[in-house]
Amino acid sequence: MAEIKETNGIVDWLDERLAVRKLAKVLMTEYWIPKNINFLWAMGIVLMVTFMLLFVSGLMLLAYYKPDVALAFDSVNKTIMQDVGLGWLWRHMHAVGASLIFLVIYIHMFTAIYYGSYKKTREIIWITGMLLFVTFSAEAFSGYMLPWGQMSYWAATVITGLFENVPLVGEDLLVWLRGNFFVADATLTRFFMLHVVLLPISIMGIIALHFYSLRIPHVNNQEGEEIDFDEESKKFLDGNKKESKVIRFFPDFLSKDIFVLCIYLIFFFLLVGFSYNFAMDPINFEPANNLKTPAHIYPEWYFLWSYEILRGFFFDIPQGWWIGLDFLPKIPAMTIGLLAFGFANFIFFLLPFLDRSKVVAPAHKRGAFVVWFWLLLIDMIILTIWGKLPPEGINNVIGFIASMTFIGLFIALPIITIKERNKDKREAK
Amino acid sequence: MAIDETKRKVLGWSLGISALAGTLGGLGLGVKKSFDPLPSVLEAGVVSVDLSALTLNKPTTIQFRGKPIFIIKKDNMNFVNEKRDVKIGDYFYSIMIGSCTHLGCIPAWKQEKFVCACHGGQFDSSGINTFGPPPKPLVIPAFKIQNSNIVLGEVGPEYTKLVNS
Repeated sequence: MAEIKETNGIVDWLDERLAVRKLAKVLMTEYWIPKNINFLWAMGIVLMVTFMLLFVSGLMLLAYYKPDVALAFDSVNKTIMQDVGLGWLWRHMHAVGASLIFLVIYIHMFTAIYYGSYKKTREIIWITGMLLFVTFSAEAFSGYMLPWGQMSYWAATVITGLFENVPLVGEDLLVWLRGNFFVADATLTRFFMLHVVLLPISIMGIIALHFYSLRIPHVNNQEGEEIDFDEESKKFLDGNKKESKVIRFFPDFLSKDIFVLCIYLIFFFLLVGFSYNFAMDPINFEPANNLKTPAHIYPEWYFLWSYEILRGFFFDIPQGWWIGLDFLPKIPAMTIGLLAFGFANFIFFLLPFLDRSKVVAPAHKRGAFVVWFWLLLIDMIILTIWGKLPPEGINNVIGFIASMTFIGLFIALPIITIKERNKDKREAK
Repeated sequence: MAIDETKRKVLGWSLGISALAGTLGGLGLGVKKSFDPLPSVLEAGVVSVDLSALTLNKPTTIQFRGKPIFIIKKDNMNFVNEKRDVKIGDYFYSIMIGSCTHLGCIPAWKQEKFVCACHGGQFDSSGINTFGPPPKPLVIPAFKIQNSNIVLGEVGPEYTKLVNS
């Protein structure tokens, strides 16, 4: 039993019951952030706010949306867009937000790769971050289905269709997943359930875990310097704020974050109000029709790189030609593409363990790693561009080379970083 | 005297593991069953077509499992391909899924052949790819012959024979 004393005001009253003062210290005023950072360190808050915008606009849309194949299209394109007060705003915010959140996630990811923020004691931050990327991808995919336009329908058909390639149970699995022999009402309602309940709840849980995993190792800094947070925070609390290498999360760090956030939000609402078309595919303004396929089916821009890896392998490979066993069946292009697709989506999780060097430093101070970093970024941009082009002629070859480069880069990473580690050891001696 | 906690640990772990396995197993079975196609969906997944009502030498389109199925009743032996067509009574029948094997567009019947508007692929009246990007003939759906009807969605010996030929 705690000692009973006179309560002095509401904060005191809450403090006695919930220890709010201690909580505020742990989470905010004594949660230390290095001074040596730049605007790229604000992406976490930018993501958090974008997610909140998506959440609120999503609630508004949910108030009028109807998850039924006969009603869905009109509930979005007529009711919400034309009748509901500010309905257009919620929809544009939701569509633009979904696109931008991926842009910022990619920036956030590549910042972490560049500055080595996934290494040594920060592995869980990286892994929970990748879990968020995967859950957000599922959230975006399931949400794209809901307006029930032609692109919604055929994207759903193509992507759920991938499961048909699972060995042995593929066909049954596909029917089970769709709840019908083709994408139909049962498919829409179950993806609606995922999009508005299960996935957002999972995202919130993983975000909490992501923040928690930061608390012990702390945020990385521009030089990858190992900071003694106890010592530096003591300096700060003693009044040597100038000498200390750290600042408080709140209010110091957050005030700078809010500045970056404001600039971001100006762009966000400019896009929402005036340039939303990039997030609104014209093909999706035609109602879903299972008897009519659009000429080209492509995903939103943020999935294009992995989509291109999926279709980058366009020829069957004979299994046994190099050992003279011609009678073995060919491995179909689809199977190879699927394996590569699985590889591409999973391999980022292993990044902390594929990087064998102990050095935490920005890429430009890590020799060969900086080349690796830019090659990866350029390769993913090439994959993204070619992912939208029709799979014809030279495009197939470029897609294939870019896909192989992607896989090759991840095979090369341990080799490059082991060399870096050995060189480091020699210099230490 | 120290207490031997081995038994407690065994009991604790047994309880934990069996509770977890039971919960996950029960949940798994529940989700599996709930997400299975509804009885009405399964019922609509088997369609019987009366062959006597079909027009001669022209495709009839039937919607089956969300896809168009082309059936052509033929009496002209010049258009019959024994490896693709099935003989029922006096006529030959071509049965195929009307979805281009290139990228899934639906070909249209034009002058005794199927022409795909998307990328110009062509198939003859038995569904063999004759021109353009399609890599293989139109797919024959599973069917069974029952008196003078074709039942789509069930496997009969005639279907197995066509697929294996």
